[in-house]
Amino acid sequence: MEDEQSFSDIYGGRLALQRRCYSPSCLEFCLSCPRITLRSLTAVTCTVWLAAYGLFTLCENSMILSAAIFITLLGLLGYLHFVKIDHETLLIIDSLGIQMTSSYASGKESTTFIEMGEVKDVVINEAIYMQKVIYYLCILLKDPVEPHGISQVVPLFQ
Amino acid sequence: MVLKAFFPTCCASADSGLLVGRWVPEQSSAVVLAVVHFPFIPIQVKELLAQVQQASQVGVTVLGTWCHRRQEPEESLGHFLEGLGAIFSHKPWFQLCRERGSKSWSCKATHWQGPTSHAASGEDQVMLIFYDQRKVLLSQLHPPAVLPDRQAGDTTASAGGLAAVFDTVARSEALFQSDRFDEGPVRLSHWQSEGVEASILVELAKWAAGPVCLLLACLLSLVSAASACRVFKLWPLSFIWSKLSTCEQLRHRLEQLTLIFSTRKAKNPAQLMRKDLIGQLADALIPVADHVAKELQHLLQWLMGAPAGLKMNRALDQVLGRFFLYHIHLWISYIHLMSPFIERILWHVGLSACLGLTVALSILSDIIALLTFHIYCFYVYGARLYCLKIHGLSSLWRLFRGKKWNVLRQRVDSCSYDLDQLFIGTLLFTILVFLLPTTALYYLVFTLLRLLVVTVQGLIHLLVDLINSLPLYSLGLRLCRPYRLAAGVKFRVLEHETGRPLRLLMQINPLPYSRVVHTYRLPTCGCHPKHSWGSLCRKLFFGELIYPWRQRGDKQD
Repeated sequence: MEDEQSFSDIYGGRLALQRRCYSPSCLEFCLSCPRITLRSLTAVTCTVWLAAYGLFTLCENSMILSAAIFITLLGLLGYLHFVKIDHETLLIIDSLGIQMTSSYASGKESTTFIEMGEVKDVVINEAIYMQKVIYYLCILLKDPVEPHGISQVVPLFQ
Repeated sequence: MVLKAFFPTCCASADSGLLVGRWVPEQSSAVVLAVVHFPFIPIQVKELLAQVQQASQVGVTVLGTWCHRRQEPEESLGHFLEGLGAIFSHKPWFQLCRERGSKSWSCKATHWQGPTSHAASGEDQVMLIFYDQRKVLLSQLHPPAVLPDRQAGDTTASAGGLAAVFDTVARSEALFQSDRFDEGPVRLSHWQSEGVEASILVELAKWAAGPVCLLLACLLSLVSAASACRVFKLWPLSFIWSKLSTCEQLRHRLEQLTLIFSTRKAKNPAQLMRKDLIGQLADALIPVADHVAKELQHLLQWLMGAPAGLKMNRALDQVLGRFFLYHIHLWISYIHLMSPFIERILWHVGLSACLGLTVALSILSDIIALLTFHIYCFYVYGARLYCLKIHGLSSLWRLFRGKKWNVLRQRVDSCSYDLDQLFIGTLLFTILVFLLPTTALYYLVFTLLRLLVVTVQGLIHLLVDLINSLPLYSLGLRLCRPYRLAAGVKFRVLEHETGRPLRLLMQINPLPYSRVVHTYRLPTCGCHPKHSWGSLCRKLFFGELIYPWRQRGDKQD
């Protein structure tokens, strides 16, 4: 069973939510984030290269230009590998646990699995961001020493 | 709760038989460890299981039946398998079934109510989770929160559902001894049936490693015995050894080598042994030392003039300046005397750098210390003069005000002085006050130079500490065999058909590199400066000497 709906995130980009039900005891939610646009990429590259050209006219050292190219390339690779998230998946398995997977634009996937025994509660929390209040879903974990939540996990990036 | 069955991937292609494993009632999960093939005698199976249970403290029992059949189901086999449920009674009784060559599995779990009421047996929903037995056997779970008061030893795996699974597999080594290819009363199928890992080179290396390790251990024990002998404990040598950081590093390296051979740092600066490079280095050292000395001379000439517009006391200035200039002259002549031998010494010293990058860095630090020895001397002279002056000034200032320091009571008391005492005291006080700027300036300049050298040496020591405490073995393990260090597990849903049980694949989620370094960090030498910023400033102001770091176990100087 698959469902697809579209929402928008706090910056205004388009998000798509997909819901799959494998069996009565297993559900999967998949959230796709907005892709990187050509406009923003061009803008950042032009800014960096203009700044480098400005420095070059001051210093007359051509190493600055090649350094700027390197910085742009490395920065783009780093951004795609570590920062830009392509889609996130939440897999809920009955009596086993909850698994959250984030896949980045370069293909890297990072997974966290929380056992059902550690989950205390799933709540919707509020946060104040700039001038508005945003809501996010989080999981409270049990503290081994005392029965209160020790860490709050934010499954879906806002 | 939904029943979970953990099934090893290696048994998915095994022939029909009995499922053997452990049932964890708290999580309603069954961990299948092996499959017992036909033909077997039930008594022998029960004996084997009792043996394994005694050897490994894991409650291994028969969990159900496994049927790997062809397209046409064989009726007789089906009835036979159901009859087995009566012989090995276990609640719940699993019946796993797979059609050969296809991906469709079926699984039933039944609760026998007793031999009289077959009709009332209930069926529960079962979830199949596949796991790689060899990887789970070898891996070690690193939970995010370490429980401080739980022992890791004999508690029967009650902590966490997945930790119980890992624990069960890891402790059932006794079950994996015999295989279906071995001759024995019972034929089992588990991860060893896929083929025991072996390679000729690895076996040869293992054979050769024994005598080689023995030889190296003998050599190292000889070296450490020689270094611990009494000759080196005599005073001048032991003082020098304790000051040179190279010796500390060598001692550390010796300890490491005697403990484990595999922690030898493989960063081999072999280029340092090429003769022309050593020659270049030696040729570069002398001009550098000359340059440093010339700069110091310029600095002293500047101080002897009117530095930064301050007016110095001419006589004291000349005395101090000449004294330091003569010192520099001595140092330069000493360096020029040593210059033919520098290259030889450096070559021999460079040989010891094959023990690793950290030793080379320590040697560099010591060379810097030796080359800037005259700066250290100047700092000591300047500091002592300044310290004497400050103490004199403070006690004469008390006399000026009519007070005195009471040593018995450790406080300032009033005291009546005679007139001639007051007169001499005031005179001396005035002299010292007017000579203060000159001495203070010399002290300031040399202290700054000394602090610069100390900072450079401190950075090198920090780098050496960092390299020493890096857990190379754990990082290598994380790189080559990531399943050994597990931060957790991850699940993947396999192909699913309606009406069939849900199938998941359990894979090991390796530990991220930052946590590997954090968890397995080696203990460092611990050469941290013992002063806080406040006490450092106080010592600088009063002219007390600063000893930047202390090795562990040194006496106070």
